[in-house]
Amino acid sequence: MDKEENIIKVSNLTKNFKDFVAVNDISFEVKRGEIFAFLGPNGAGKSTTIKIITTLATPTSGKIEINGHDPLKNKDQTRKSFGIVFQDPSLDDDLTAYENMALHASLYGLPKNIAKSRIQELLEFVELWERRNSFVKTFSGGMKRRLEIARGLLHHPKILFLDEPTIGLDPQTRNHVWSYVKDINEKENMTVFLTTHYMDEAERVADRIAIMDHGKIIATGSSDVLKKKTNTTSLEDAFLALTGKDIREEEASSKDLLRAHRNRFGRR
Amino acid sequence: MNTVYVLWIREIKKYFRSKSRIIGALGQPILFLIAFGYGFQSIFKRAGGGNYIEFLAPGIILMSVLFTGVFSGINLIWDREFGFLKETMAAPVSRFSIILGKTLGGATVALIQGIIVFLLTLIIGFKITNYWLLPIAFIFVFLVSLLFTSLGTTIASMLEDMQGFQLIINFLVMPIFFLSGALFPLTGLPKALKIVARIDPLTYGIDGLRHALIAVHNFSYMVDFLVLFILSIIILSVGTYVFERIQV
Repeated sequence: MDKEENIIKVSNLTKNFKDFVAVNDISFEVKRGEIFAFLGPNGAGKSTTIKIITTLATPTSGKIEINGHDPLKNKDQTRKSFGIVFQDPSLDDDLTAYENMALHASLYGLPKNIAKSRIQELLEFVELWERRNSFVKTFSGGMKRRLEIARGLLHHPKILFLDEPTIGLDPQTRNHVWSYVKDINEKENMTVFLTTHYMDEAERVADRIAIMDHGKIIATGSSDVLKKKTNTTSLEDAFLALTGKDIREEEASSKDLLRAHRNRFGRR
Repeated sequence: MNTVYVLWIREIKKYFRSKSRIIGALGQPILFLIAFGYGFQSIFKRAGGGNYIEFLAPGIILMSVLFTGVFSGINLIWDREFGFLKETMAAPVSRFSIILGKTLGGATVALIQGIIVFLLTLIIGFKITNYWLLPIAFIFVFLVSLLFTSLGTTIASMLEDMQGFQLIINFLVMPIFFLSGALFPLTGLPKALKIVARIDPLTYGIDGLRHALIAVHNFSYMVDFLVLFILSIIILSVGTYVFERIQV
């Protein structure tokens, strides 16, 4: 395979937390223009992998290349290469939709005039232009997600990371979100790297799926390949055949505690 | 530098938009000023201390600066995990510019809060001796804002969650306030308390502010200034060091 074709290259990536191995010697590639899905039960190591690839955490060992850059050595170049939608909303609720976009533009060093036209274009794309001057705190979960996707695309990244972008959204909004993602993937040949718990979504949008469990990638391929391999008829059954039926007990992390705290007291 | 600016302006924008936060933060200083000020007025005078409200006002101004500063610094915890800051940390900007923008923004908010309390004390009856010294007073209020916002962001960089928050309020912020010279003069204190007050950085902020506003002081401007300034730099450096190593 031509080297240039793989926009994400990960080899022998490992991440240890004290005596716990979150990511255990995984290797994979993502092709340019591909929609690649990471599936796995809670605590499988999906989010940790995304954090390492996106420079937010450092690996214990392993090699990574993102759009030709090393996230450890060349942080800023790597960061300019991707857009990201986090599992938890990361908008500023006290600012308007437009202000959130404008802040992103200045953080990524976009010139004012380019930022202006792109913000309008993207807010229209996610159907939020009419609401550009509303505070984000007045938005529904779906509107926030759309705004985050628009923001993630603002600096024209080569890769879009989506970490469980449809969690807690109703089927209509989920459908909406994925049609935007598909749309942008086809039009701009943008690589999309996503994680989700919804098998039907992965089956529908992803070209290739990697199933992760206990820090290891246990299978990779299109949903048809995975089904054939496990002799099952749906991706859900294939997933269960590969990862087993035990429910994963995850200990509440400090982040879960913080999340509970926030829900109880509201923000600030 | 652009990053520092946009994050700074963001804090200020948010402050002016949350009317409840402004008003809420004014309740406590007013209560303290009225209850303590008028409550101890006559005893203080009989003891030969002079006008207690005038003695107390600088302490109360800096109390509101202390609380506003530490809280807006600690806000970093939320922001880092759930808020906008996470976005910032994945952006092509240095961690140093993030924490600097956030700290300067919080410090400016604390400074504004201090100025509002100062104006309120004037209404309640605080008379300052020399209006020409107001710029010096301003410098001290700003230094205290910077110091305690840095302290807040530094603590936030070290904490994983809000579990330790109450602990910090009870065992750090409250003692910093009560053991400084905010409520009482430092002369004639028991030895132990005197030593504690001299370790407490807020003591120097209050001393400098009192010096400028009502010409009462224990240390020189230079000592007050240097203690606050150097400590701010140290704390901000520690905060930056920790913040740069945070893995989200």
